[in-house]
Amino acid sequence: MNWTFFHKLGSPRWFYDMATRWQPWLFGLSLALLIVGTVWGLAFAPQDYQQGNSFRIIYLHVPSAILAQSCYMMMAVAGLVGLVWRMKMSDVFIAAAAPLGASFTFLALFTGAVWGKPTWGTWWVWDARLTAMLVLLFLYLGLIALRNALEDRDLVARASAILTLVGSVNIPIIKYSVEWWNTLHQPATFKLTEKPAMPPEMWVPLLIMVLGIYLYFGAVVLMRMRTEILERERRTRWVQSLVSDSVRHTGRSE
Amino acid sequence: MSFDSFGDFIAMGGHGLYVWLCYGVGLLVLLLNWLGARSARAGMIRQLAQRQRREQALNETNSRSERESQA
Repeated sequence: MNWTFFHKLGSPRWFYDMATRWQPWLFGLSLALLIVGTVWGLAFAPQDYQQGNSFRIIYLHVPSAILAQSCYMMMAVAGLVGLVWRMKMSDVFIAAAAPLGASFTFLALFTGAVWGKPTWGTWWVWDARLTAMLVLLFLYLGLIALRNALEDRDLVARASAILTLVGSVNIPIIKYSVEWWNTLHQPATFKLTEKPAMPPEMWVPLLIMVLGIYLYFGAVVLMRMRTEILERERRTRWVQSLVSDSVRHTGRSE
Repeated sequence: MSFDSFGDFIAMGGHGLYVWLCYGVGLLVLLLNWLGARSARAGMIRQLAQRQRREQALNETNSRSERESQA
């Protein structure tokens, strides 16, 4: 196996340059997908025969819930890589991703509550899926609080890695909660093994929104990782010259 | 288009409040994440530039006082 890529990935400078190149493309593409998906979902997709138009919340709810969970899984993988190979960049990823994951978990819970009101007649039930998702929000907030409370950078990295690994137990619980327990929440919309139960004019915009949210996450996480790299590598020559260059072109901080 | 008029589109068959509340908060989450990341980056560059200027000024004073003490 060729390990060059892995070694490059561990180099903050290489990563910074790569992120600088990719970020505008990711952001542009995500913006296009999110606009197309939202307009399609809100105005053109047919209404649900039972739920009417409140079902259009799905185009925001499902993508943010999917992202909230896979963001946590990505952090757990990064945590494992950080523990095993002592790769510095993995903690940079965790630092950058945690607030994003928390905000999308909040969005999934919020849109779920607002959707629940007209559909189930209540904002909230202590249902397995909903409760597990609330636990995910607390896991994110706990991670952020832990990182703020500790000073030593190595200790922060190790503690975050362990917390993300332990917390990842919650992800299969969220996923299978709708199958293991009798819940109010409906089962998964997309399954890898089956065709969706909805017609294409309903699920195609949903797929577009899922892709759009992933790319948006990619763009913002890269930007936040670049900031984190600048801080950690501030004593290196390349960051020093990058900073003095950007001061010379004031107003061009991108 | 699955709506007959713009008014119908806004009303969402009586579910307008729920749908637009969700999309409003969603837009806010996306905007705040993006703007937050941007301003954090600009702030970091400002902070590092300030430190650089301070260190340069310190170096200059040090070398000047060295020259003066030699003279």
